[in-house]
Amino acid sequence: MLEFQNVTYSVPGAEILKNVSFTSDERFIAVTGPNGSGKSTLAKLIAGIITPTEGRILFDGTDITGMSITERAKFGISYAFQQPVRFKGITVRDMITIAVGHKISVGEICGYLSEVGLCAKDYINREINSSLSGGELKRIEIATVNARSTKLAVFDEPEAGIDLWSFNNLIKVFENMYKRTKGSIIIISHQERILNIADRIIVVADGSIAAQGTKDEILPTLLDVQSGCCFGTRRSDGLEEVC
Amino acid sequence: MNLDSIQAELLRQISGIHEIPQGAYNIRVNGQAFARNSSEHIHIEPKTDGKSGIDIYVDAGTKNESVHIPVLLSQTGLKELVYNDFHIGAGADITIVAGCGIHNGGDDLSEHSGIHSFFVGKGAKVRYIEKHYGSGEGSGKRVMDPVTSALLDDDAYMEIETVQIRGVDSSNRTTNARLGNRAVLVIKEKMLTDGTQHAVTNFTVDLDGKDCGAHLISRSVAMGSSTQIFNSDMRGNNRCSGHSECDAIIMDGGKVSAVPMVSANHVDASLIHEAAIGKIAGEQLIKLMTLGLTEKEAEEQIINGFLK
Repeated sequence: MLEFQNVTYSVPGAEILKNVSFTSDERFIAVTGPNGSGKSTLAKLIAGIITPTEGRILFDGTDITGMSITERAKFGISYAFQQPVRFKGITVRDMITIAVGHKISVGEICGYLSEVGLCAKDYINREINSSLSGGELKRIEIATVNARSTKLAVFDEPEAGIDLWSFNNLIKVFENMYKRTKGSIIIISHQERILNIADRIIVVADGSIAAQGTKDEILPTLLDVQSGCCFGTRRSDGLEEVC
Repeated sequence: MNLDSIQAELLRQISGIHEIPQGAYNIRVNGQAFARNSSEHIHIEPKTDGKSGIDIYVDAGTKNESVHIPVLLSQTGLKELVYNDFHIGAGADITIVAGCGIHNGGDDLSEHSGIHSFFVGKGAKVRYIEKHYGSGEGSGKRVMDPVTSALLDDDAYMEIETVQIRGVDSSNRTTNARLGNRAVLVIKEKMLTDGTQHAVTNFTVDLDGKDCGAHLISRSVAMGSSTQIFNSDMRGNNRCSGHSECDAIIMDGGKVSAVPMVSANHVDASLIHEAAIGKIAGEQLIKLMTLGLTEKEAEEQIINGFLK
């Protein structure tokens, strides 16, 4: 279970998150909200990449506020970057082996790659460098987090920077992950289809939690907010509006 | 005569072998020929012009054979200059494993300078691996100043892999190459310096032949207060392609200077140079730390991968 207790995060001249409190023990939580609202900050606070200016973060009853990134990783928290990091010389095989924490067979590595729709034969010895496309990097990032099998996995906008075709496959990856994984998942996302498979949605706006609840409670209000421009939105009869 | 344990370790470090290799070899220990063997297609002969060194003749069409020519120095204060010439027959396909290991347990400077000349025949394929390794607690410096020059005939292919990881106090490596029509040269350099070590690398490639190509990749790490200088000049003298890539990671007080030059002397010469020097990116460390590594372990992984 993850708990934020009055968490504030400020940088000189700006308060990015303001006194945020929530408790969650659902398996699949989606965090959504406008750009610049503080969602990614929230994800980085969970992973320990940044630490709160004020407040506490608890995970499974333990105060993790002062824990380093490494300590949190070992305590059972994984984090998938919005912009996956590139490396010269580190291969997909190396990265998944590091993630698992011990030597594993090629077969096992292939298993993790297949889950994200990559053919292991083509990727296992590829370097995680700029020769890979954004979609490929995203999938490898997700496979790496899956390979850790931690109690909590945080994904920061997995859909960012990938094409529509890859996105459709990505949704399937998360649907499968939801079915298989035993741990909890927190996804920062703007995508209705991802929000739709969440047990709970937290809406962050202007550094605070604006709303939270089940998808049935939250999704209709989100769609209302977007009605300023109806072009392309879906009507109750399933057809798209053309205004 | 057997190698002592220090010499055996030097041999293992530079050649990856524990004992006298199979096939053709020439092992030089403390300035003397220690063991030599020619094979059916590869002939090793001592130089007859008064210079120290050997001539290696590879018959045309020799396939999948290797030559080992390690140099081991374990006597402090020894300085030597050796000339090795490789004559690779047309259509041959061979691997040459060279390298120098210096163990300096004393206080005097030990130095090995190998001048290696390659004459690669038409359509021949050569893979040349050269490792430098230094050990020993003595205050005497370990110095290596190798020179490699290669002449690639038409359609020849040569891959040069040089590795120098720690242990060498001072090195000045010079590599010159001249390429014929459709010849291809690939150079991969890997270097790590630490402490007060200093390393200089000079590459000069003349792309003389039509449709020839060269690809030069240098990856280096400078730690401690070590310094490195990378000089390269790729000259496109015909319709050709050339690519050089110099990546360096600096840590602590390490310093790296890269002086890359590409010279297009022909209108159809296509030359590219890329250079990047900097410390390890913070996000790379963070990524590996989110997988459970400490900052120190993450740093090691990044460097190991970079120099792999």
